[in-house]
Amino acid sequence: MIPALFFYLFASLCVASALMVIAARNPVHSVLFLIMAFVNAAGLFLLLGAEFLAMILVVVYVGAVAVLFLFVVMMLDVDFVELREGFLQYLPVGALVGVAFLAEILLVVGAWSIGPGVPRLIAAPIPENLTNTQAIGLVLYTRYLYFFQAAGLVLLVAMIGAIVLTLRHKENVKRQDIGAQVARGPATSIEIRKVKSGQGL
Amino acid sequence: MTISLGHYLSVAAVLFTIGIFGIFLNRKNVIIILMSIELILLSVNINFVAFSSFMGDIVGQIFALLVLTVAAAEAAIGLAILVVYFRNRGSIAVEDINLMKG
Repeated sequence: MIPALFFYLFASLCVASALMVIAARNPVHSVLFLIMAFVNAAGLFLLLGAEFLAMILVVVYVGAVAVLFLFVVMMLDVDFVELREGFLQYLPVGALVGVAFLAEILLVVGAWSIGPGVPRLIAAPIPENLTNTQAIGLVLYTRYLYFFQAAGLVLLVAMIGAIVLTLRHKENVKRQDIGAQVARGPATSIEIRKVKSGQGL
Repeated sequence: MTISLGHYLSVAAVLFTIGIFGIFLNRKNVIIILMSIELILLSVNINFVAFSSFMGDIVGQIFALLVLTVAAAEAAIGLAILVVYFRNRGSIAVEDINLMKG
């Protein structure tokens, strides 16, 4: 009874805040509703017994991605009212496609049950006596090591790409030029003058 | 009143549709489109974790982790491109992004 109650709580809040993400007038509100949708999805993950993924979802999305979105939304000085033009124009077609699509998916997955032959195909059964984090670690760092490394590579490429894209050199800023400093010698930096006494230069 | 696999799949389906609908609805605002893509990937993750939990197979959660990684990378790159584009053009309207039209 209690898990069902929590399922409906998390699911309804998740769907409601997802709707607000696409319907909110202010993009900052959209980002905040996105955070709420992700927190509720983390609640669903907890109900499913995937505690590690739930916490990762909160850390990665609420801690990193949503803050990134917030930064960009607040940093860009965009006229968002202008961007909402045509909102109502696209609404009927979008709603039609959305409702048809949703009906199709719900017809397919609504009463899904796992077939009798499926348990033979399980690749790595969830161990009974281990925590979720231990179980993931036992599989992730052994059988799926290459996937793990590839994920790290994807993140590295994303990081380098983001830096390369957004870095810019301003023209009129003085910077340290180490090569010029090292190449400097007495011949280029010292000038010897004979000064007559009592006269100055 | 037990919660079956179908319940979780239905929630994921609704989230997926909202994501698609968001792309339709906010055709001009790239930021909202990126957020809609995040919603779509979240629904995929819910599917993965639901199947993993109901089948007793941990691999679904591993793949959800990989999807999460790709989603984070995609958000970072997308927002970086957005910032550069705004710096160059002073606008983020999607319909202005047609310079590479063949």
